[in-house]
Amino acid sequence: MQIQPILAALRRHRLATALIALEIALACAVLCNACFLIANRLAQMQVNSGVDEAALATLHLTGYEAGQAVDLNARVQAGLGRIAGVQSVSVINAVPFGEHAGTAGITLDAAGKHFGGVVDFYVGGPGSFKALGLQLVAGGEPQADDYRPLNDFIPDEATVWVTRALAGHLWPDADPLGKEFWMGKSHFRVGGVLAHLVRPSGGEGGPDTVEWSVFVPAQPGASLAGTYLLRADPRELPRVLRDARAAMTKIAPDAVVDTLGSQTISDLRQDYFRPDRAMAGMLVGVIAALLLVTALGIVGLASFWVAQRRKQIGIRRAIGATRSDILHYFQTENFLIVSGGIVLGMVLAYALNLMLMTQYELPRLPLYYLPVGALALWVLGQLAVLGPALRAAAVPPVVATRSA
Amino acid sequence: MLGYYLDLALRSLKRNKVLTALMVLAIAVGIGASMTTLTVMHLLSGDPLPGKSAHLFYAQVDAAPDAKKREPYDVLDYQSAMDLWSAKRADRQTLIADSQIKVHAPQANQPPLMLMMLSTTADFFPMFDVPFQYGRGWSAEDDATHARVAVISADLNNKLFGGTDSTGRSLRLRDSDVRIVGVLKPWRPSPQFYNVAGGRFSEGQTAAFYTKPEDVFTPLGSGLEINGDNFQPFTCWGRPSMPLHLQSAPCVWIGLWVQLDDAARVAGYRRFLEDYVAQQKALGRITRSDTRLRDLMQWLDFNGVVPRDVRLQTWLAFAFLAICLFNTVGLLLAKFLRRSGEIGVRRALGASRAAVFAQCLTEAGMIGLIGGVAGWLLTLAGLWLVRRQPTPYADMVHLDPGMFLATFALAVATSLLAGLLPAMLAARVAPALQLKTL
Repeated sequence: MQIQPILAALRRHRLATALIALEIALACAVLCNACFLIANRLAQMQVNSGVDEAALATLHLTGYEAGQAVDLNARVQAGLGRIAGVQSVSVINAVPFGEHAGTAGITLDAAGKHFGGVVDFYVGGPGSFKALGLQLVAGGEPQADDYRPLNDFIPDEATVWVTRALAGHLWPDADPLGKEFWMGKSHFRVGGVLAHLVRPSGGEGGPDTVEWSVFVPAQPGASLAGTYLLRADPRELPRVLRDARAAMTKIAPDAVVDTLGSQTISDLRQDYFRPDRAMAGMLVGVIAALLLVTALGIVGLASFWVAQRRKQIGIRRAIGATRSDILHYFQTENFLIVSGGIVLGMVLAYALNLMLMTQYELPRLPLYYLPVGALALWVLGQLAVLGPALRAAAVPPVVATRSA
Repeated sequence: MLGYYLDLALRSLKRNKVLTALMVLAIAVGIGASMTTLTVMHLLSGDPLPGKSAHLFYAQVDAAPDAKKREPYDVLDYQSAMDLWSAKRADRQTLIADSQIKVHAPQANQPPLMLMMLSTTADFFPMFDVPFQYGRGWSAEDDATHARVAVISADLNNKLFGGTDSTGRSLRLRDSDVRIVGVLKPWRPSPQFYNVAGGRFSEGQTAAFYTKPEDVFTPLGSGLEINGDNFQPFTCWGRPSMPLHLQSAPCVWIGLWVQLDDAARVAGYRRFLEDYVAQQKALGRITRSDTRLRDLMQWLDFNGVVPRDVRLQTWLAFAFLAICLFNTVGLLLAKFLRRSGEIGVRRALGASRAAVFAQCLTEAGMIGLIGGVAGWLLTLAGLWLVRRQPTPYADMVHLDPGMFLATFALAVATSLLAGLLPAMLAARVAPALQLKTL
């Protein structure tokens, strides 16, 4: 295929060519970044919570008086334990994807000079560690005497379990077991390291901090009450939760069940990521509309050029060009224009990414998005031009003999 | 003349239906996408109290003992809040703190509800132009005596009292009975501006600023007596003792809004804040000397109230509109230049360049108008989709008359912009050259 005559023809349509190329360039920039945003959202949605989501549900009670909390714990734990199918009931202050309850800054020294970061404390009563199904990578499970009584949201002195992510942040080069940290007057010593445990409502300092969680064993009491962790067989869990909610009117008539907060952990996860899913869905919509509009633009302009060049095509056919020569002519022409657009588009994609990085804390666009985006636009261009090109190839040679 | 151009445009559009449809579609999709996001943006970034917001200010001092370089805390500690409020140096001033509370209406046969209660002061209602359906707010005296009175939202009045005038009836807040003195009309400020704080720590996930106002309003002192241990601190610089007693805790949790009616009053209030801090420093209670007095819109801006995703969507939609614009330019170019012969004849018969230009633009504008109608329908569909999203502001999303007109303005403007270059080229067609080939 000779490119020279195609370039010569394009030079006569500089404006239209430039417009299509610009459209392709913009489409390339938006396409790459939108895909990247979608991938980012999807990656965030895949976060490993570190707990047995399918087997867990939570029941959240509000509206009781602080004085009744101890009695409420006793009544609810006993009452829920009687529901058929319940494997365990424990008291906890928060669950993954629920309301956060113990968010606080920690320091690596008693004087509070060396700031460690803002973390989330899961304060759980006996049985909660096992019920959550937390995976240990170092140290052992909490023992009975690790569960200390508390008169604040957190014990003054405790052995705690931190996630691998948090340990790596606080003590990058050391064995975290036995390490200490402080939160105000409270003093903690690391008794074990967890593979994963996501913070209740996401990180406060970007995606790297979503697993900065600490598990603190404690005895339920006045300041650890009202939120209960139910464990049951995943198949029976919805029924168990329904029964548990219904039972509350008898067990705890003085309390109000927080219906939004009392769900299975899987449902809480669904709700938690709903905005991300909606955003990803909207981005997919934008991409689809974008590709459609771009394709229609190519179809429109290619059709116009075919119609404009009918006579020339006829002449070429009359002097020996085959149908496939004509077809290839239009396909190559499209390939050249799209390629030009893509070159500009890659620059634009990068510029757009830089803007998103500063405004939306997005990571840098991985380079492989560019060739993939380019390929997608080449394919789109070829598909869009196929119709008009086939029509061009169908122009009979006899057209050459007719006057316009 | 315009009538003739319109006629010509219509004929031309009818001649090549596919090309016309493509252009209308491109404009419609672009307009639909950008107007949907723009409407949401308009709704979320608007002024919640037009005409009044410039006189409302959010006051900040910081009683934390640290010396780090940072913005003062978003809300006040109890001591500073009460000192500044009771000094009454502004035209109006109100304190703000909310808490969750168990609400029960003895007369209504319904289980208790957990609702948000705003504890504030008498000026809240006149200051923020809060509309009343029945009754009115409470008096400054009620504030002073911690009267057991409450104002409830229209929603709660409907739920508990079937929408009838419930003033004078009683409501059980936790263990205390309060008398209802006022019922609000449906009131939905966007955002719920008076409670906005801490936006810069939310990583752009600020949709919660657009939730409905609280259902129960009580005087601050009464609220604290009834529900004190359920108030949550914004943050604390020391560990508060348990059970939480916020009035004495080393925590910040109260917002102070003031109304200042002219520039002199604003300057005066700034001085007052500085003097207060200087005096407290002398007493040794405060160590940080920075104060802030931002007006309502500055405060919303500072908190970045518009959710990050919404801004991102708006950017995307406009990038998309730009693509549609390029597309339309290309197609119009093709359409106009294809008619070079016809234009040549018109020129030869005496039409001026301006006339050809006007005719081409009329055609482009007509495409824009049709695209606008389709774009308007797409916008309605888009807003319907937004309303189905689980966001706190979903119930507010609608196309107001201003945005309805903006849809068409944007559509016509886009198409005229797209038509500019092709029309210019069409007007430059040389008559002789075209006639020769006929």
